[in-house]
Amino acid sequence: MNAAYGSNEVPEKPVVLEVRDLSVSYGKEEALHNISLKINKGEIVTVIGPNGAGKTTLLCALMGLLPARGDIIYLGERQAAERSVEKRVRHGITLVPEKRELFGEMSVKDNLLLGAFDRYRVGHRDELETMDLVFDTFPRLHERREQMAGTLSGGERQMLAMGRALMAKPKLLMLDEPSLGLAPLIIKEIFRTVGDLKNTGVSILLVEQNARAALHVADYGYVLETGEVSLEGPSSELANEARVISSYLGLGGRH
Amino acid sequence: MKNSRFLAIFVVALLFAPPVLPEFYITLLNYIGLYAIVTLGLVLLTGVGGLTSFGQAAFVGLGAYTTAYLTTVHGVSPWLTLPAGLAVTAAVAIAIGFITLRLSGHFLPLGTIAWGISLYYLFGNLDFLGGHTGISGIPTLQIFGFEFKSGREFYYLIWAVLLVIVVATRNLLDSREGRAVRALKGGSLMAEAMGVNTPRSKIVIFTVAALYACLSGWLYAHLQRFVNPTPFSLTQGIEYLFMVVIGGVGYVWGAILGAGLITILKQWLQDWLPQLLGQSGNFEMIVFGLLMILILHRAREGLWPIVLRYFPERARRPRVAAAEALPCRATPLAGSILLDIRNASKRFGGLVANDNMNFNVRAGEVLALIGPNGAGKSTMFNGISGVDPLTSGEIRFCGERIESLAARDIARLGMSRSFQHVRLLPTMSVLENVAIGTHLRGHKNFIHAACRAERHEEARLLHEAALQIERCGLAEHMYDAAGSLPLGKQRVVEIARALAADPCLLLLDEPAAGLRYLEKEALAELLRRLRAEGMGILLVEHDMDFVMGLADRVIVMEFGRKLAEGLPEEIQRNPAVLDAYLGGVE
Amino acid sequence: MDLQIALLLAQDGVTNGAIYALLALALVLVFAVTRVIFIPQGEFVAFGALTLASLQAGKLPGTLWLVFGMGVAITAIEVALALNERHLRRIPLIVLFNCGLPLLLAGFLFAVSPATLPLPVQVCLALILVVPLGPMIHRLAYQPIAEASVLVLLIVSVAVHVTLVGLGLFFFGAEGSRTPAFTDNSFEIGDALLQGQTLLVVVCSIVLIIALYFFFERTIYGKALRATAMNRTGARLMGISATLAGRLSFTLAALIGAFSGILISPITTIYYDSGFLIGLKGFVGAIVGGLASYPVAAAGAILVGLLESYSSFWASAFKEVIVFTLIIPVLLWRSLTTRRIEEED
Repeated sequence: MNAAYGSNEVPEKPVVLEVRDLSVSYGKEEALHNISLKINKGEIVTVIGPNGAGKTTLLCALMGLLPARGDIIYLGERQAAERSVEKRVRHGITLVPEKRELFGEMSVKDNLLLGAFDRYRVGHRDELETMDLVFDTFPRLHERREQMAGTLSGGERQMLAMGRALMAKPKLLMLDEPSLGLAPLIIKEIFRTVGDLKNTGVSILLVEQNARAALHVADYGYVLETGEVSLEGPSSELANEARVISSYLGLGGRH
Repeated sequence: MKNSRFLAIFVVALLFAPPVLPEFYITLLNYIGLYAIVTLGLVLLTGVGGLTSFGQAAFVGLGAYTTAYLTTVHGVSPWLTLPAGLAVTAAVAIAIGFITLRLSGHFLPLGTIAWGISLYYLFGNLDFLGGHTGISGIPTLQIFGFEFKSGREFYYLIWAVLLVIVVATRNLLDSREGRAVRALKGGSLMAEAMGVNTPRSKIVIFTVAALYACLSGWLYAHLQRFVNPTPFSLTQGIEYLFMVVIGGVGYVWGAILGAGLITILKQWLQDWLPQLLGQSGNFEMIVFGLLMILILHRAREGLWPIVLRYFPERARRPRVAAAEALPCRATPLAGSILLDIRNASKRFGGLVANDNMNFNVRAGEVLALIGPNGAGKSTMFNGISGVDPLTSGEIRFCGERIESLAARDIARLGMSRSFQHVRLLPTMSVLENVAIGTHLRGHKNFIHAACRAERHEEARLLHEAALQIERCGLAEHMYDAAGSLPLGKQRVVEIARALAADPCLLLLDEPAAGLRYLEKEALAELLRRLRAEGMGILLVEHDMDFVMGLADRVIVMEFGRKLAEGLPEEIQRNPAVLDAYLGGVE
Repeated sequence: MDLQIALLLAQDGVTNGAIYALLALALVLVFAVTRVIFIPQGEFVAFGALTLASLQAGKLPGTLWLVFGMGVAITAIEVALALNERHLRRIPLIVLFNCGLPLLLAGFLFAVSPATLPLPVQVCLALILVVPLGPMIHRLAYQPIAEASVLVLLIVSVAVHVTLVGLGLFFFGAEGSRTPAFTDNSFEIGDALLQGQTLLVVVCSIVLIIALYFFFERTIYGKALRATAMNRTGARLMGISATLAGRLSFTLAALIGAFSGILISPITTIYYDSGFLIGLKGFVGAIVGGLASYPVAAAGAILVGLLESYSSFWASAFKEVIVFTLIIPVLLWRSLTTRRIEEED
């Protein structure tokens, strides 16, 4: 539905994030090998791939949760490897993790409020306005605002996790498997919201197992397999690529 | 070998010490010996078993007070009060252990602080134990007319006891039961899956540590011939723990090093600090506290590993000798049903993780369980292996109902498993790790192990472990530390360990994750061979190439339910499966 | 025992219980946020009481040298780190903050004679002297190993405890101190005499607990602390760093501890090492609450206070034995009601 916002319209969009030759190791094992990717302002880029391909590892490395080798250039500035998670949050990178990581025994409102913690700390006092914006995006959260996060349904939890991340007014929003464990109708709703979000100017890195839905909403896609990018291209092209299917179900000898 | 050489030098040095040393140093050495006996118990308990105690001083007190009371009031011979003290201590330790050892990690040390204080005040307030003044006039030890009268004579007794305990402790660690204890540190999940009764192992080492402390207390009472509550206070209990942590909590020699260092340092600091600070008081504790913080920040393993660096020799590891093979269980008939799961459901609060699952695994087949993240595969695995029982449903294994059995009892029936996150003990050799798998195939206990009366059985167990290592193609790594192997090989070690239990059904949790192409091929080849021998294999796996090329049947799970079941090629063509994996939302 | 004695004992029990409850809250807070079992909590009680006593006696409290010493140690570490990372511009600020502020405080104490100041000012001064020790101890002992296991952190706690007790002996001496009562008023309720000091302790404890409640429920920093306790990863992703949360919780713990010490110093004589047993009794309460529930921990602490008070009447020699043996049935009950499943990492 947002195909009109495709990247070929304005080729010279500013680059938000560029990753060059990123590698991550757990002990002696390399989980990611020389990953390179690029996200332009206002774009949705998706990384798809089967379980265990290293998708979550990639997001953790970008967030500073894991040490990585290679270059991460964010808004034209190279991120030092030791730059902390907190610093990255302050510079406008947020991650909606796979496990949502909500504050279960706190109300929806408090969860959202804490999303703006760092902005509050550096002196911004616009958290209530931002919260109204989040409620506009997710009316369901407004209905549930006094409810404990732990009592929400799966879909609402995902909405809250996304809403909480948006409270930080990110420039780059990273979503880790937002469809995980959700029923098809809810997945549809989540992805519609993701598509709408890009109209607000935020750039989105969407990591998904649900390849069809992800490619549908994204401008550009990368296929990650066993720690390497095996395929990339505009998402409309990737959606019809036979190798995407084979990488999920092991139909062809790739090696 | 290194350790024997240490021992030899040590013994010679000990023998010739008394004639040449002045009285002051003999006294110091006596105390070091007494403390080291206690700290050896802590090596077993904390360093090896991962259980922390600040309350050992109270057990020392139990030993000392038992003999003090019985010898002075009832005139019992000291040689009879020793077994009496040991019995009292064992009873108290088992009772306390039964209550506190079931608790998660940090509650135990807190509990030890509480009963450490409690027993200390008890010693000080019971009238028949002399209150805070204590008991004096404890008789000396005599044997065959020889009287251990002075520190010089006692010296030999203390150090002989210490040496016996060193040897017994080392024997214990190098045995089937010792491996079971060492496995506790890798988490009780793995130990239980290998059939170790972990609560029992914990209580046993807790009791052994308490008995060492009691023995030290008995010696102390007859050396001093006077007891009062002060040396059995919590402060002393804390000091014991400091000794092992500074010396090296995982090392038998570290305990002696720590006891020696702290005792000498304390002596020295008590002389100098009050002069330096112009006040009297226990200022050495400031230094000990800071030293502890520094050690825990910079060298958490303690000082002994640093000493070891100057002896660049291969560590002592058990070797394999030829031995007769262990008996094996009868192989089930190929094609017969090994595992039968009916209407299995698992709920976590409102979440249904497994919903009415039905399937079976036959002897001589590979069944693969696949599905997207969060589909409930691991929950199913935990339900089958007894880690986290089902909410409802039936599981039959070899004809027996197992859904309410503990993991170790299921293991006994012939089910063995590997773990998604490798659970090996990284500093132990591959051989020792695999030998943990043979746990249920041996029967000798701690006492046999301490006096080396289990060498025959031990040789057979190690021989079996070696056979399984060779079978899995890891013979060249047999004596390497498991942690030094690449992840792919560590996964194979896990399979070898599972095989060492002589199972008829193998549960493998993502065995191919992190393996390179050739390693995967080798693993698939191994599993095909096992299948041909009649083994049933149930595997959870994400690597589709691996699954489709190996499995006889595939079950696909989604949202806790069975989505499809069939031959690999059927599954790959199934539209519902395609949707589940690629996403059905357009 | 007649009713009057029973009421008197209850009064004692509730007074001590209120203090234990405050400490139990601090212990639960520190554990939930940082996973540190904070054995040295009691030392803040002793230091708070002894600092106030020194101020009232017109002496320069030893706490000042402790703060200064730790400030120097932190400066050394931070300057070394800054040199390593070549952030030279940070150095003056580090020195000013960690050494300058304690010196300023010392200058102030030299300039005025604290003994002549009104009591509330003395209390504030004592708090200003003791509370910084909390975040400083966190910086020196815990922050470098924030990721270590609960057990390692516990052993560090014990080490910090013995160090502080030793330093307490050095700075305050072996003599105990008792400050004059804050109020001499007393009230008669029926047959029983209610001491004004007792009432003050209970009221102050309740006020502090309510203040803490507001901090946790109504302020974003309080919520951030609770969030860290609930979900460390989630909190980190919101930019709430573990260091910040740890420092904040240790500051609160020190504040609660020092304040408790000031409250009880007119009731009992406090020695340099008295804090340990007081803190441990708070622990018994905290463990009743499973180191997780604030209300249950507070209730458990009151229970400990009452138990202690009544057992001192019936079997005074066995007071400590009874209180610390109470933990065994509590642990047994905890062990029977909690089923532990080892998580797959």
